[in-house]
Amino acid sequence: MAIEVRIPTILRTYTGGEKAVSGDGATLTELIDNLESAHPGIKDRLVEGDELRRFVNVYVNDEDVRFTGGLGTTLSDGDQVVVLPAVAGGAPA
Amino acid sequence: MLVIDRATYDAIVAHAKRDHPDEACGIVAGPEGSDRPQRHVPMVNAAGSPTFYEFDSTELLALYKEMWANDEEPVVVYHSHTATEAYPSRTDIGLASEPGAHYVLVSTREHGNNDGPVEFRSYRIIDGDVTEEEVSVVDTLPATTG
Repeated sequence: MAIEVRIPTILRTYTGGEKAVSGDGATLTELIDNLESAHPGIKDRLVEGDELRRFVNVYVNDEDVRFTGGLGTTLSDGDQVVVLPAVAGGAPA
Repeated sequence: MLVIDRATYDAIVAHAKRDHPDEACGIVAGPEGSDRPQRHVPMVNAAGSPTFYEFDSTELLALYKEMWANDEEPVVVYHSHTATEAYPSRTDIGLASEPGAHYVLVSTREHGNNDGPVEFRSYRIIDGDVTEEEVSVVDTLPATTG
């Protein structure tokens, strides 16, 4: 099974500069663990505890996974996954 | 240094004034590697807050897919502060995720929605380090040599 994962600029230090890598997994959790085995350190940038980090967006076939079951989102061969850091910020409290 | 043309500068300022007292946010896209802020894309602040901004996640994906199709990147990422100075907050710094971009802060604290000058400052934010840079507003961006 091959799932293409598009990697944002700030995470390319984990992928040797590659902007897209291939991974495997029946769920997003499995895919992230699979990516971690090939690109150590990347999982911690995506996941905190057992949840997707608040300011990291992950999309499967253009849908934000927060609407499709989060880390439990199921994946199929040929799915396209995109990771984008949130664009956000706040004024001092 | 940030080199930006007058029309784009004015559009960013107008956006900040329009959205005050909520923070305004958006980007200016340009050809990859060019450092030319050419295409202004004001975004909706999904947080709709006077102290926080966030691009809606679905709109964010649409924006990036459009830039990828155009071989563009975000040259400027801007937002406004509505009651504080035009300087990146700790949150702004912590969440800055485009190391190649010029981070522009506009402050509308003085005049709000009304006429009058704003603070418009630009920064590079790389690995948590903030460096302010000069802003040069020009009539038109210099001609490309390539």
